Formats: sequence, structure tokens, C-alpha cells
Amino acid sequence: MEKNKFIETLKPRFKELKFSLYLLNRNWLTKVSFYIVILLILLATFSQAISPFPGHIMDEANVSQKLLPPTSTNIYGTDELGRDIFSRVLYGTRVSLTTAILSVGLALLIGIPLGAIAGTLGGWIDEVIMRITDVFLSFPPLLLAIALVSILGPGLGNAMIAIALSWWPWYTRLVRGQAISLKERKFVQAAEAIGTPTWKIIFRHIVPNTVSPVIVQASMDMGGVILTVASLSFLGLGAQPPIPEWGLMISTSRNYFPDAWWYSIFPGLAIFITVLVFNLLGDGLREILDPKTRKN
Amino acid sequence: MGKYVIRRILLGLIVLLGVVTITFVIARMIPSDPAAKWVGPRATPQQIEEAKIELGLNDPLPVQFANYVIDLTQGNLGRSLRTHQPVVEDLKAYIPPTLELVLLAFLMAIILGIPLGIYSAKMKDKFLDHASRLFSIGAVSLPTFWVALFFQLIFYRMLGMFPLGGRISAETTILYEIPRVTGLLIFDSMITGNWVILKDALWHIILPCITIALYPIGLVARMTRSALLEVLNEDYITAARSYGLKEKFVLWRYALKNTLGSTAIVLTLSLGYTLVNTFLVETIFSWPGLGNYVATSVVTLDYPSIMGVTIFSAATYILLNLIADIIIAMDPRIRL
Repeated sequence: MEKNKFIETLKPRFKELKFSLYLLNRNWLTKVSFYIVILLILLATFSQAISPFPGHIMDEANVSQKLLPPTSTNIYGTDELGRDIFSRVLYGTRVSLTTAILSVGLALLIGIPLGAIAGTLGGWIDEVIMRITDVFLSFPPLLLAIALVSILGPGLGNAMIAIALSWWPWYTRLVRGQAISLKERKFVQAAEAIGTPTWKIIFRHIVPNTVSPVIVQASMDMGGVILTVASLSFLGLGAQPPIPEWGLMISTSRNYFPDAWWYSIFPGLAIFITVLVFNLLGDGLREILDPKTRKN
Repeated sequence: MGKYVIRRILLGLIVLLGVVTITFVIARMIPSDPAAKWVGPRATPQQIEEAKIELGLNDPLPVQFANYVIDLTQGNLGRSLRTHQPVVEDLKAYIPPTLELVLLAFLMAIILGIPLGIYSAKMKDKFLDHASRLFSIGAVSLPTFWVALFFQLIFYRMLGMFPLGGRISAETTILYEIPRVTGLLIFDSMITGNWVILKDALWHIILPCITIALYPIGLVARMTRSALLEVLNEDYITAARSYGLKEKFVLWRYALKNTLGSTAIVLTLSLGYTLVNTFLVETIFSWPGLGNYVATSVVTLDYPSIMGVTIFSAATYILLNLIADIIIAMDPRIRL
């Protein structure tokens, strides 16, 4: 009996999920980008195994083969140390996706609790937290990260911290809005009535209910974060050699540009396609989940 | 309305103070000795000690912060550790070239983005509409620094149409006197009637400008499209149509007017992203602007100039946000 009731309550959710999948299937651009994102994740996972020259990913040099244009063995050509650019670009997928996921994760770790606290408690705490987010949001996006990396010192790990520190306010704003409406709901008021401590209400009742919009937002932000990582590395502030990071590869390739055009072009295309599919998917998701556009 | 504007200005000032605080904290955490950098690598310990006193580095941090804020209100951003010039002087030299790029890019965004938006709204769900959507998302997804390299490859290396970089040819600077009125080269050569310089300057600015403009063009096109589609569903448009007014007239005189506000706001708010793109593009086209200045300052850990550029950019951004909010508040349909 109990079990059936539970399933009954889940039914409308399944219906909505099925409807979402139907909408996702209807827009071919969103559908294609969804499949490419899956493919990219698979490539990132197995990049080492499928790369034609696994040794070239890091710093195994082969100077006699340096700066060769694309051929059937090295389909993207070779770089200044004779390494296969295709293998490095392929592995770069893993570097970029991991960095982006970790940066967004760290931003969520800062942003969600602050937003939930601001929204639930209100009053002067809310005012202080929101003014701090205003301050962080008034820095041009990459510039704060540049300033932060210059204190922390260049490196992929520090770049992640810098990106997280400049990205968290977006999530604080989002979660705060959610928390303000959630705290008027019956289950929160019931919890308050039986004397649940405030911190428990925030982390047991409010935060879990903000998860889905936050995840959607975070997936939409992936494209922007990947681009920021590449830009920082291009400026020499992110990944350091011999890590095969796309932005860093383009930065190094400038020394051999424009003669070795393939060295610059392929890592750039990789950034473009990855960011594009994440943005298209995010755009599609927004349309699917926005109640205004959902029904028609 | 007046009360709202005053409140917004005060809030803006508080946020600006926050920006200054964060920048100050960041600058003081940089792991390098500014005094040693100031006197150079061959200085004696005593000289470094003297420089510390001169730069006020021996004062307690709150005193240093207070002095920094007081200096700021007098328009003093300190001295660059690298050029030994007041940062304000450096900024005065590097802001106009950057401003020139950004203004021209925004002009292109308006000239190209609005018509593109109008046509994709008119052709909703047709090929042009999809193409313009793909273009707008594509423009946001492109790594600007890579587009800049790509343009150099095609237009400099393969076609030889445009120069590799710089703001003006070396020969022109030798043969002609460069007009200096506002520091915006194109504008200055126009008002002084210096056509040779104007032509040379335009020839140099085209590639970096297009690279930077891609993002705002896409943004303006999408905003115009969605705002127009919303407006075209309004009753007053149906009424205008039922009077038998020509569709062209309805579109340009009745509908478009009501979309310009939102387009202006989007353009204003895109400045932060555009500015950073400009910085990256400048380093590739050796454009003598803020981006190149920051790039060199980061490498040499010249923190007063990094702080100067950061505070300047954030202040511009806050000001534009304020303007956007005031534009919104001026809309008679919104009651505050």
C-alpha cells in the first residue's frame, strides 16, 4: 500500500521528465549537441587508450619529426618537439573537462551555502552577502581571475581556484532566490514549528530542494568556464608545460605562427567545438525547462 | 524616480569601495617585495629599506589602506613599479586605443546586429533565423585569441590584405604628424582632416575590431529578435495592422522603437566581456592598449598597474550598470 502511494506521487514527475526528453528530441540542434557532449565525455575518459601516440601526450620528444604538417600518421601535424598534435588535443579534452567540472564544483561549494543562508535568514546577513556578490560581479569576468592567479602563482590548480572565486556569486544569487520562495512552503514552516534548528532547516530542507535548477545552471556555465580556462592558459597563467591544455598549446604555437598553422588551428577548433556544444545544449535546456516556452 | 537614482548611485559607490578593498587585499598578498622591485635588482639592503619608507610599506595595513583610498579620491593610483610613472599617466596613454577598439566594435554591433535581429524575427524559424541563432551562439563560443590568429593567417599571410598588427604603420608616423586631440586616432584624424592617417588607422583597426565585434553583434541580434517577436504580439501592433498600415511602417516606426531599450541594456552589460576580449585581442595584434599593459604588468608583478586597470575596468562596469538601471527606470511602463 505504502509503496503504491509512493509510486503515485512520482508519476507526475516521470511524466514531466518524459515530456522534457520529448522536447529535447524535437529540437535537432539540441539533440545533436547532447550526443556530442556525451561523445566528448567518452573521449575524455578513454583519451589515453585511443591516442595513437600515448607517449607524446606529455613530454616524450621526437625532435627529428618536429613541426611536420598534417599527414596520414599525424593527422593534425606535429609540434616543436615532434609530438603528435592529435594525441595532445585528444588528451586536452580530459584536461579541459576535468578543470571545468572542478572549478564549477568549487564555485558551487562556496555559492550554494551562502545563497541558502542569505535567502533563508534575510535581514542584515542577506544584505551583507548580497552586497559582497555585487562587488565580485562588478569585476570583468576574466580580469579578477587574472589578478587572483597573479597572487596565487600560475598553474592549473590555482587557475581553478581563481575561476571558482570569480564565479560563485552567480550561484549565490540563484540559490537565494530559490530559498526565499522555499521558506514560505509548508514543509519548511512545519519544520520550523517543531523547533528544527535553523542550520538544519537550511542544509536539510532548503539546499536539497535547490539542487536541480543549480545543476541546470552549472551545466549551462560549462562552456564559459572551459573558455576561461583556455584564456588563462593562453596568457601563461593556467596550465604549464608539458600539460596538453588547448589554450597553452595555442600560446606556444604563436612562436611558430603562421608557418606552422596547423599547430594553432586544431587546438582552437577543439575549444570552439567543445564550448559550442555545451552552449547549444545549455540554450536548449533553458528553452525546455522555461515554463514560458515549454508548453508550445 | 529621483530617490531611486540617488539610492542606486549610493549603492554603486558602496560596491566601488568593495572593489577597491578586494583589489587592495589581492595586491598586498602578491608574493613579491615591491620595494625591491622599485629600486631594481642591484640595490643595497639599505636602499630597499629606504624605498619601503618612501612607498609607505612600513605603515600598518589599515593605514596603508586608508592612504590608498584617500589617494584614489584625488585621482592618484600610485606609481607603476616598472615604468616608475604614475599609473594614472600610464592609463591616460593606454585607455584611448582600447576605447577606440571597443567603441568601433559596438558601432559595428549596432549597424550589423539590429538589422540581423530584425530579419531573423521576420523570418522566424526559417533558414536565416536558424543561421543567425547559430552565429550568435557560435560567437560566444569562439576563443577570441584564436579567432585573432585565424584572421592573421587568412588576411595577412594568405591574402596580404591587412597588416599583422599595430595601430599605425611606421612609415606614416615618420612622414606625417600624428594628430593628438582626444587620443582616439580615427576620430582625431577625421576632425583634423588627415585622410592619409585615417586610411592607415582604419586599415590597421579592421581585423582586431571585427574579432572583438563578433560577440556583441550576436548578442544584439538575438536580443533584437526576441524583443521584436514579443512586441509584434502586442495589441497595438495588431491595431496598427488592422488600420491597414504598411508592414514596413509598422515594423520600423511602431515595433522597433520599443525594442531599442532592451538592446541598449544588453549592449551596456556586454561591456565587461567585450573589454576582456579586447585585452586578449590586443596582445595578439600588438595594439598599444590596456590589454598589452596588463599582460606586461602581470608578468612583472607590477601590482599598482594591475590594480589601476582592475579598478578602472570595474568602475566603468559599475557606471554602465548604473546607466542601464536608469534607462530601465526611465521607461514609463515601469513603476518603482
